[in-house]
Amino acid sequence: MSESHHIKLPEGSIEKTTTTLNLGPTHPATHGVFQNILELDGERIVSAEQTVGYIHRAFEKLAERRPLYQITTLTDRLNYCSSPINNMGWHLTCEKLLGVSTPKRVDYLRIIIMELARISDHLICNSVVGVDSGAYTGFLYVMQYRELIYEIYEEICGSRLTTNIGRIGGFERDFTNKAFEKLEKFLREYPAVLKEFETLFNRNRIFMERTIGAGPISAERALNYGFTGPNLRAAGVDYDVRVHSPYSSYGDFEFDIPVGSTGDCYDRFLVRNGEMWESLRIIDSAYKKIQDFKGPEAEVYHADVPEYYLPEKQDVYTKMEALIWHFKIVMGETEIPPGEVYFSVEGANGELGFYLISDGGRTPYRLHFRRPCFVYYQAYSELTKGSMLSDAVIVMSSLNLIAGEMDA
Amino acid sequence: MESSKKINRAGSMSLTNETIRTRITEKFGDQVTNFEESYGMLSFEAPKELNLKVLQYLYDSEELRFQFLTDLTAVHFPDQAGRELAVVYHLHNLVDNVRIRFKIFTDIKTPEIFTATQLYSSANWMERETFDFFGVNFVGHPNLRRILNVDEMNYFPLLKQYPLEDQTRIDKDDAMFGRKGTL
Repeated sequence: MSESHHIKLPEGSIEKTTTTLNLGPTHPATHGVFQNILELDGERIVSAEQTVGYIHRAFEKLAERRPLYQITTLTDRLNYCSSPINNMGWHLTCEKLLGVSTPKRVDYLRIIIMELARISDHLICNSVVGVDSGAYTGFLYVMQYRELIYEIYEEICGSRLTTNIGRIGGFERDFTNKAFEKLEKFLREYPAVLKEFETLFNRNRIFMERTIGAGPISAERALNYGFTGPNLRAAGVDYDVRVHSPYSSYGDFEFDIPVGSTGDCYDRFLVRNGEMWESLRIIDSAYKKIQDFKGPEAEVYHADVPEYYLPEKQDVYTKMEALIWHFKIVMGETEIPPGEVYFSVEGANGELGFYLISDGGRTPYRLHFRRPCFVYYQAYSELTKGSMLSDAVIVMSSLNLIAGEMDA
Repeated sequence: MESSKKINRAGSMSLTNETIRTRITEKFGDQVTNFEESYGMLSFEAPKELNLKVLQYLYDSEELRFQFLTDLTAVHFPDQAGRELAVVYHLHNLVDNVRIRFKIFTDIKTPEIFTATQLYSSANWMERETFDFFGVNFVGHPNLRRILNVDEMNYFPLLKQYPLEDQTRIDKDDAMFGRKGTL
């Protein structure tokens, strides 16, 4: 072979028979800034090496100098496809440390927002799996409903992607009527859209051929690799933080945990679709429960935590005490009680954990994020070994790798 | 409510923190110390030579079954001489749904700890991250390189001796940024 291209190799050297391919860091198929160095034999993957850290922003270090509220904005930027879940997870962690209990209505409002976020995250992931397998239609079709979800966020907190939604003890303001109207519209129209989305993909011959058997993982390996969330459930383990350690009154709701069996891309896709249906169910019953509140209970949108919840603006101008609290909160001058707490929520990608240590100062002594994405991306080389190059792309998108979450 | 029933379906008898503590003490005697419960989670520590033995026991024991590594990280306490670094494992028994926190303290001069990668594949990157930020040297790790920071970095940024910029510093006056300042 070497004769044909006239390259004289030094004595005793071994000719490399594989091709090295850099998939990323700025490749359109990676959907984020991370790199896979693939060793290819023809079109077959011999080995893959992942590189992360391109958008590392030192959140854990920053958090050591930030009062609790300024950390909420950091959590936005973890999994930015579902920031409300991160925000709520952070508030719930703080509430656990501070011993704050929230009213039922707040819990239900939070559940609505978290499940909407889950839907928007799964929607993106699943439609991108479609895009990567050559079906662009689904992606464009469902995008208007993600837009509707973002409009609901906007009605509640004013922003769309990095939401900074909610406060310790509840929400910064009550949901507006417009927000509820949009929620009703979503609940009314989305089931049909999701049904059609499923019709497009679920039994689609091309889609099935592309995804079935691509990047499978057994339940044992998945657990050993620290998989959580839809990717673990696709492998057949029904672990869900919402059920195993219920938070924010998830125990009041009835829902199923969709599970797969082979842990391949197709199962991951189906599990995510199944979860969207369950999320819809949860939102529907949470909304019904909210409508059942009568009298003053129907107005509650935050707990009574003067140390952390900003007082009414009117009171700030007229009452001394409110003014003091206002400044203490805004300037971050409230001491956090000492303690050590681990709290986790079911993020869109799995168990999103917050390990918070306070030494009694105004900022955390140490804060660590357990990012599900970071943990399970390790398995990527095992998932793709021996498969085709085109599978590498679809495995990546079906794992729902979010660079922001990996790099913290 | 239906769902909450499901949690304990596999565990015939739920595992209490008291039982875990008794089993560990039976096995390791007074080498495992500092049992405490914070916010319902049992926490304890062991000497650093024992970390793998304890993890292995927690993994293999048919009663304890802590087979899921949720999280692994470190904390720096510069004031505790000889115990400056704490490596913290969060383990989860998914069958009985119990979590525990396991700590290993080490001095910062020789931060050497056995790797848990043989037991948990997930420990690979978590240990790399801990090395990257705290300099904990996981002995036996297959590929202990920096993961989130640049390879050329020559310090461990999450140690407490590297403070973030002081927010009250005066050399970053507004005047330097074209606004009215006091300079």
